[in-house]
Amino acid sequence: MSQLNECESPRVDLGKYSFDQQEQSALKDLRQLSDEDRKRLLMAGVDTNQTQRSGSYLHINHSKVHCSSSRKDVEIMDIKEALDTYDGLPEYYWQAVDKEKDEFTRAAAEKVHGGYFIRTKKGAKIQDPVQSCLFIKGENVGQNVHNIIVVEEDSELHVITGCTTSENVTSALHLGISEVYIKKGGKLTFTMVHNWGSEVMVRPRTMAIVEEDGVFASNYILLRPVKSIQSFPTVYLNGARAVARFNSILVAPKGSYIDSGNKIVLNAPDTRGEIISRTITTGGTIIAPGIIEGNIAPAKGHLECKGLVLSNGIIHAIPELKATVPGVELSHEAAVGKIAQEEIEYLMARGLDEEEATSTIVRGFMNVDIMGLPAELHASVEKTIQETEKDMF
Amino acid sequence: MLKMEDLYVKVGGKEILKGINLHISDGENYILFGPNGSGKTSLLMTLMGFDGYEVVQGRIYYNDHDITSMPAYERARLGIGMSFQRPPTIHGLKTRDMVRLCAGDRKVDIEDLAKEVNFSELLERDINAGFSGGEIKRSELLQLMAQDPSLILFDEPESGVDLENMALIGRIIKSILDGPLEPRNGVSMKELKSRHQTSGLIITHTGYILDYINADRGQVLYEGKLCCTARPRDILDHISKYGYKECVRCLN
Repeated sequence: MSQLNECESPRVDLGKYSFDQQEQSALKDLRQLSDEDRKRLLMAGVDTNQTQRSGSYLHINHSKVHCSSSRKDVEIMDIKEALDTYDGLPEYYWQAVDKEKDEFTRAAAEKVHGGYFIRTKKGAKIQDPVQSCLFIKGENVGQNVHNIIVVEEDSELHVITGCTTSENVTSALHLGISEVYIKKGGKLTFTMVHNWGSEVMVRPRTMAIVEEDGVFASNYILLRPVKSIQSFPTVYLNGARAVARFNSILVAPKGSYIDSGNKIVLNAPDTRGEIISRTITTGGTIIAPGIIEGNIAPAKGHLECKGLVLSNGIIHAIPELKATVPGVELSHEAAVGKIAQEEIEYLMARGLDEEEATSTIVRGFMNVDIMGLPAELHASVEKTIQETEKDMF
Repeated sequence: MLKMEDLYVKVGGKEILKGINLHISDGENYILFGPNGSGKTSLLMTLMGFDGYEVVQGRIYYNDHDITSMPAYERARLGIGMSFQRPPTIHGLKTRDMVRLCAGDRKVDIEDLAKEVNFSELLERDINAGFSGGEIKRSELLQLMAQDPSLILFDEPESGVDLENMALIGRIIKSILDGPLEPRNGVSMKELKSRHQTSGLIITHTGYILDYINADRGQVLYEGKLCCTARPRDILDHISKYGYKECVRCLN
């Protein structure tokens, strides 16, 4: 990485966190959670009323507390149960993510607290999303989860994952392994909303493998303070005509250190990849790397990173393109800066004061619309943005 | 309605407007001619109250309010509107939402308004993103219809517009400035007209717009000074025959 005058990424001291806590008692209904907790979950995109959901999975600290599916054609299980039921899931468990990658993958491999296993039936079109929530309640809790999603041939699924801490928790550690397998013609929309506390450290490791004609569309939303996130979800398009799209909206208030990017590897003919990230700093640091690698032609990729520096913070966009054969078409556009005065004045000429104009432009910049979220999730994200905006200017 | 008194304006330290005196009455349509770089757009920007247009002398009054140092949004709320020649794109802001913002607290039927300017198909597009010349004009008019100002500043409403669009744009500008074209709801035309007191300050190079609106009065802005008050048609005829040579003679 280039020599920039950045404060270094906060280091995780694994010894500081407790990985052994009592099992949480199971909940029959998510509405049994306290109002306070339900509100936190909602901010992470998780609807405890479960309206318009095909299923729900809730994990608190170190254990599963709720798991339900309203449809026969989508299986939702705790990962430990799935490992027992399916002889250790040899096709999937630690097959996409390398167990030895770093201290966090090793920690997660050593002791798994839980996580979800979600698998569609072949050809099933699951219209309503399956929601999952990885919830941390308790100061200095270290959470290891391992998630596996399998989208079988020609099936469609939307998974919403909300990761959050409870209202009173400021410090915690979340380690999450996610392995995603999209079979021939399968389609997965994966929406992740993070809603952490100001001292929470987050180290997810995510890999996806997509076969022929498969589609992986990932949305990632992080609007609230966090101490440090380091994540780099990577997708391998291994089958012809497979498509991957990463869309992220990241906001770094003062004290947040976000190192979050994506990688798409085009390994088959006629694959397409797109990475779009929009980042805003209001005092924190954002490192936004993006890599598209084309190893076969024809294949196309486009990378777009835009950053708004609203006050003294850092945005470091690192778009990278790598083509290893002739005929690969890769492009990127990156822009980091401030809001154009011209745009503010345009809106002021229509009767908006400066603050309203700025907020309108910032909303447009984040452009949640392009994620195509279900209406109620969209509304909850908009609401969080509204609350976040109060601290922005 | 609008009065500028002995107005001197600097842009980037350079004096652009040099002693402008201008009065526009209620319902009057005033046409501003002038060669490139004469200060026409600066005059509009100053009236709207944009940053970088520094009034060093003189005052601007709008309906008895001294607006000389008022921010743009307050002027807009008082009833001054502007049609931009090259408006910026705002990504992620749909035209529909922009029109709603323009309407403020007023209730407007966006679908209806969009139909009038043939813009229904484009309401979901980000404002000004990839708009053609004609689309920019129609979008500006749509926003103004929602905003419903009493004084509208038009910066070259015909630039970049093809002939077919020109007819539509001309007709809409006329209806915005002169009020509804047909009597409705049992209200007589006379009554409608007397209620409708929208004034226009229009910059034009080509004069095409004169084919559509009732232009009451025109002037030429030359090197930051106003000259030649006359009927707009006559000014246009003169300029197209002789250019702006006469202004030099007239002002010296």
